[in-house]
Amino acid sequence: MKPLGLTGLILAAVLCMGAAADPSERLADPVLEARAKALFPEIRCMVCQNESIDDSQAELAVDLRKIVREEVAAGRTDTQVRSYLVQRYGEYVMLKPAFSLTNAALWVTPFAIVFLGLIGFFGLKRSSLDHAQETALTSEEQALLVKLQASEAK
Amino acid sequence: MIIEIGAFCLILSLILSVAQVGLSVFGRIRRSAVFYGAGEGAAGAAFLMVLIAFAALIYAFVTSDFSVANVAANSHSAKPILYKVAGVWGSHEGSMLLWCLALTGFGAIVALMARGLPAAMKSVVVASQGALGVLFLAYTVFASNPFMRLLEPPAEGQSLNPLLQDPALAFHPPFLYGGYVGFSIVFSFAIAALIEGRVDAAWARWVRPWSLAAWSLLTVGITLGAFWAYYELGWGGWWFWDPVENASFMPWLIGTALLHSAVVTEKRGALPGWTVFLALGSFTFSMLGAFLVRSGVLTSVHAFAVDPERGILLLTILGLAAGTGFSLFAWRAPKLAPGGLFAPISREGALVINNLILSAATVTVLLGTLYPLIKEALTGQSLSVGTPYFNLTFAPLMALAFLVLPIGPLLSWKRGDGLGALQRLWAAAGLAVMVALLVLWFQKPTHVAASVGMGLGVWLIVGVFVEIAERIHLGRASPAEVRRRLGGLPRGAWGMSLAHAGLGIFTLGACFETAYKIEAAQALSVSQSISVGAYQVQLSDVVSANGPNYIAERGLVTVTKNGEPVCDAKPERRFYPANSQTTSEVALCLEGLDDVYLVLGERRVGSEDQPAWLVRAYWNPLARLIFLGPLLMALGGAVSLSDRRLRFAAPRRAADAGAVAVPAE
Repeated sequence: MKPLGLTGLILAAVLCMGAAADPSERLADPVLEARAKALFPEIRCMVCQNESIDDSQAELAVDLRKIVREEVAAGRTDTQVRSYLVQRYGEYVMLKPAFSLTNAALWVTPFAIVFLGLIGFFGLKRSSLDHAQETALTSEEQALLVKLQASEAK
Repeated sequence: MIIEIGAFCLILSLILSVAQVGLSVFGRIRRSAVFYGAGEGAAGAAFLMVLIAFAALIYAFVTSDFSVANVAANSHSAKPILYKVAGVWGSHEGSMLLWCLALTGFGAIVALMARGLPAAMKSVVVASQGALGVLFLAYTVFASNPFMRLLEPPAEGQSLNPLLQDPALAFHPPFLYGGYVGFSIVFSFAIAALIEGRVDAAWARWVRPWSLAAWSLLTVGITLGAFWAYYELGWGGWWFWDPVENASFMPWLIGTALLHSAVVTEKRGALPGWTVFLALGSFTFSMLGAFLVRSGVLTSVHAFAVDPERGILLLTILGLAAGTGFSLFAWRAPKLAPGGLFAPISREGALVINNLILSAATVTVLLGTLYPLIKEALTGQSLSVGTPYFNLTFAPLMALAFLVLPIGPLLSWKRGDGLGALQRLWAAAGLAVMVALLVLWFQKPTHVAASVGMGLGVWLIVGVFVEIAERIHLGRASPAEVRRRLGGLPRGAWGMSLAHAGLGIFTLGACFETAYKIEAAQALSVSQSISVGAYQVQLSDVVSANGPNYIAERGLVTVTKNGEPVCDAKPERRFYPANSQTTSEVALCLEGLDDVYLVLGERRVGSEDQPAWLVRAYWNPLARLIFLGPLLMALGGAVSLSDRRLRFAAPRRAADAGAVAVPAE
């Protein structure tokens, strides 16, 4: 969030705020329109600077929204619409990377760190505690403890 | 002339920083008080010089001296005075000068005001801070000098991007940089700890206030930026998982982890190596952010004036500083005395889990930000990593952290009673589940993730109250005793409670707003209206409203609910001739904690050839909690900072007494 010295690039971003809400683009059927709208945030406006077609009004975003709406209106499922776009524009168009083997590092790492970390933490702790097994108090220590607790209570 | 004084002072501060390093290092080798003093003096003088340079640049902006290239590129004579001053840090060069100002300023505070610090350790801190100063000042002087003159000064400047001419954004960079650079002191303390081979409770007490201060400033900075995005960009979004946002978020996450691990090191002497590692990491991520934002390696909505050549230089600085720090860590950390033992179920254990999840979250953000670059370099394929990725990875990690959070403070140090802590939290758990179910039941469309999030928010907030009730023995002791205990709670405890409650409040707002905001848009002629949620939005009139450096159309909009007037809003559409750029001034109607968010869009031809304006209206329920929560967190940091324990002289007393701090209860 450091929007200092924004370049003119943001100009495009701003002229087009909330573009997807433009009434002239909407589908007549509210159910289909809702499905199309739900897809927009997943799709990248490829000429924009890291924006979804939900936010942008660059010409390409307008075109992409049109394509998505047409596909949805033509009865395609969400998955079909997505694969159609990927086929046409490449993986770059999807803001959500595919769950594929090549992207395994991306998807698995966050959870692997926590999982392995927890195993390591609880495992190591257990063994280190075994080594440093606290021995039971001697009778003298026990007496001292009772005395201290008594003085604390006063 | 004043400009030349500024340029001269900037160079002088570089030379003084070199002297600061040399004198402090020599003093440390000879253990000479005279050289220690000289090094500290140089640190103070270097700061004074940067301050003069900074003042000179402000002067150039205020007087609109367009013979200075940086002023000509970023200012305009008709700009309001606030934005003339804010323009100083609105550009690459000026913002680097602000960075240097904070860097030398914090260095001077440690050098001149931290009197209780052991002399040898202090000299290493001053030397390390000086070395960072040399790197960044050299970069500013040689590669990004804000005092360059133009041979043929233009008659008028190119002005600051109008989107940045906004109060929230005027104050956003100083807070943000205060946070980024505040971590440099923590970094220097880590270097000193590694060189001196000493990481103990006293050291952690020195590091705590600095990490708290840096973290609080960064929190405010990020929140201001998010609020700016919310109302200035005009589509009601406040976080985009954009690389530039991620760049500021990563140091925040690591800083949060550091705050918590420093507590363990301070109170129990445990995890010393890990705390040092995080201390190095927090500033490393700050520098990484500076590099990512300025180098143009990533595309971003908030692209900074990008310059690959400067990017290489910043990467070199990052490599030098972080490389030195982590090499030192690899070499010296194994020699650090291991800390105290503790069982997995204990306060320490809970804080370790906190650190584990926050580290994983940082790696997630880092991976999400850099993965497209890595993948393209390795396979030549380009792909995008956007919001859906973070929703599926970062959000569950945070949910896990939130689940554990209220339990931690209820566990005792060393060996805690996990079952007992859970039993004491039954009320929080009950309320959380109830709220989650209510949201799931009543809010349509059904949104499971948001319902879970709302439950977690309640869990955090009620958990805070349970924790306070436990501390003051509410219901277990006599009312007089409870009052005495309440009055006796340390500021640090209040700070923690505020921060945790703030996180809960943020979670409530963020989940609810994201899931249930309503959006409506229509081309409206005068006196037509649309409805959004329970509200009716009528366009009463459109008038012209010109400002000092823009011309504008202003919509007079009346918002009503069931026929009752709610507010009159005045959204504007502004045109800035100096940039030939159009912006929207959003109008916000605050309704309780909700916002009715109104945008006046482009003019169109409506029915019967009447002019019409594209009016967009959003109902953003609980939106204000999104910004209130983080501000409470920052306030919690400030309250903690005011704790007597963390005052500058306190660590020495603790060290003198040879005491490892007494646990809070």
